[in-house]
Amino acid sequence: MTRLTALAQVSLVLLAGIIGATAILSWHAQIKPVDKANPETFDPALVKRGALLSALGDCSTCHTAPGGKPYAGGMPLPTPFGTIYATNITPDDETGIGTWSLAAFQRAMREGVDREGHQLYPAFPYDHFTQVSDDDNAALFAFLKTRPAVSARAPDNDLPFPLNHRPILAGWNLLFLSKGPFQPNPAQSAEWNRGAYLVEGIGHCGACHSPRNALGAEKRAQAFAGGEAEGWHAFTINAASKSPVPWTVDSLDAYLSAGWHGLHGVARGPMQAVSDNLSQVPAADVHAMAVYVAALMGTPSAQQTTKGDALVAGLPTTGTGSKPQSAGSQTVPLPVTAASDPGAALYANACASCHESGRPVPFGGIKLSLSTSLQAESPRNLIHLIVSGIPANPGLKGPMMPGFGAVLSDQQVAQLATYLRATFSSQPTWTGIESEVAAARKASKLADLAGAPMQIVSTTSR
Amino acid sequence: MMKLNVNGADHSIEADPDTPLLYVLRDDLQMNAAKYGCGLGQCGACTVIVDGEAIFSCITPLMLLEGRKVTTLEGLGTIAKPSPIQQAFMEEQAAQCGYCIAGMMMRAQALLDRNPKPTDDDIRQTLQPHLCRCGTHMRILKAVHRAAELMQSAGKAAPKGAI
Repeated sequence: MTRLTALAQVSLVLLAGIIGATAILSWHAQIKPVDKANPETFDPALVKRGALLSALGDCSTCHTAPGGKPYAGGMPLPTPFGTIYATNITPDDETGIGTWSLAAFQRAMREGVDREGHQLYPAFPYDHFTQVSDDDNAALFAFLKTRPAVSARAPDNDLPFPLNHRPILAGWNLLFLSKGPFQPNPAQSAEWNRGAYLVEGIGHCGACHSPRNALGAEKRAQAFAGGEAEGWHAFTINAASKSPVPWTVDSLDAYLSAGWHGLHGVARGPMQAVSDNLSQVPAADVHAMAVYVAALMGTPSAQQTTKGDALVAGLPTTGTGSKPQSAGSQTVPLPVTAASDPGAALYANACASCHESGRPVPFGGIKLSLSTSLQAESPRNLIHLIVSGIPANPGLKGPMMPGFGAVLSDQQVAQLATYLRATFSSQPTWTGIESEVAAARKASKLADLAGAPMQIVSTTSR
Repeated sequence: MMKLNVNGADHSIEADPDTPLLYVLRDDLQMNAAKYGCGLGQCGACTVIVDGEAIFSCITPLMLLEGRKVTTLEGLGTIAKPSPIQQAFMEEQAAQCGYCIAGMMMRAQALLDRNPKPTDDDIRQTLQPHLCRCGTHMRILKAVHRAAELMQSAGKAAPKGAI
């Protein structure tokens, strides 16, 4: 008993010490508030450049709640530590960044500290944005300052003690934040450097595509080795990429700007917003990003190339294919295993009419031997796709797939996923499929609710 | 031979397990409300309800429907006694050519069953998978709101437990 009390006392003293130390470390001066800027004082060319940078950085993706006003915040970001709500970055004085000067904005981007001097959580990827140049910060600032001001306060973060205590982030920064600016590599081409600047900085690709440590920081030694994003797996995009057909600069370029590629599949989950945004930015920037990512992946081995070529050979490349869909359901013979394997029967009866239709993507479903979802460590993305499908992306061209969640039982989804893994990949059997099915069901229910508009306090400018 | 429950009645169906539900409804059961549009699950004209959820019948193979309850537009009401959703679509004149409307009504019904007072946004979001080339979208929106009102007043008028 006494020993326990002593231990508790020591822990308390230690905790107090850590909090005290971080409080000192974390002290940042408040930056003087400025009067709301007149939007007309910003150079339209600068604002336009800021809009493109905002698209490259997917700012609106996190800073806009489902059904909410653009950039007004309130979007819940699930993290392993709790839920963090994105803030309002419209120029509203009370709830947004109306009183922020460029210096305050630049400090937030580079050090993760808000105008008042509070630490920001690294869910806001300032560990990447620290590389953004002065000029680009000025353009982004001009763009955000010229958005309509919306009065909307993000809900309080849902984080346990001591993570709800912001000063501890000073310790996190000390350990994990390496400040910019971006250092170009003179040994590489200008295009490679432009791509590196965009991918590592404003694009913050590693925020999803790199694994994170127990404290939520990206593991530098395993950069781009695959990570997590909002319940989806972000694929490996370094030399260990599991794509059945090796990526090239051209295929990456096409995929990033269109959101799909005939030999690789469709960008869905959180990647959909990224490709939607990249469809709006200058083609040269997307190409530069493709050059850099292709370099991260490196030259494929002769074995990978041969395997990829074999998969591509015989694929239809143009036209809508030879068979009309109405004939599709009867054109695929049941596999011999169908009688004993329910997953095989499900594939033959429900999936093959599109996925083996002889129609190229996007007119038919992708040959599943090309799909990275089936090669991944976790069945997560595949199960999301089976349950929710690939809804049409309004206003954009691309493949779509109906979801089968309403007609497949949890057990059938698991049987199908197991069969597809065994048939279309040479990777080990998946475990934990059941819990992934439950998570995908929950996500699809939430997506149904996402149409509901969020509560807006008032709009000060319309 | 498979047993298929449609609109509360069991039917014995002689068809391959990969036969799309739509073909069985139209060809074997002569229920022609669900329409063949694209056959790809992309237009929504074939939509029916299975266990409370709207699904595309053109891409749903028979094998998945063992022990499930299928509801088609024929199961909601008749010409003499239309259901609230049918009544509302007639009152708002929400159909022009009408090819997409049966599917629209089925998904709207599934929405109203789980959300009796949907907002404009709810309806737009829910009916997203449906294509209408005539352009009666605004009338369809009105009709779904009217159906919600009709269902509510019917619920109030009827004694508890009657529905």
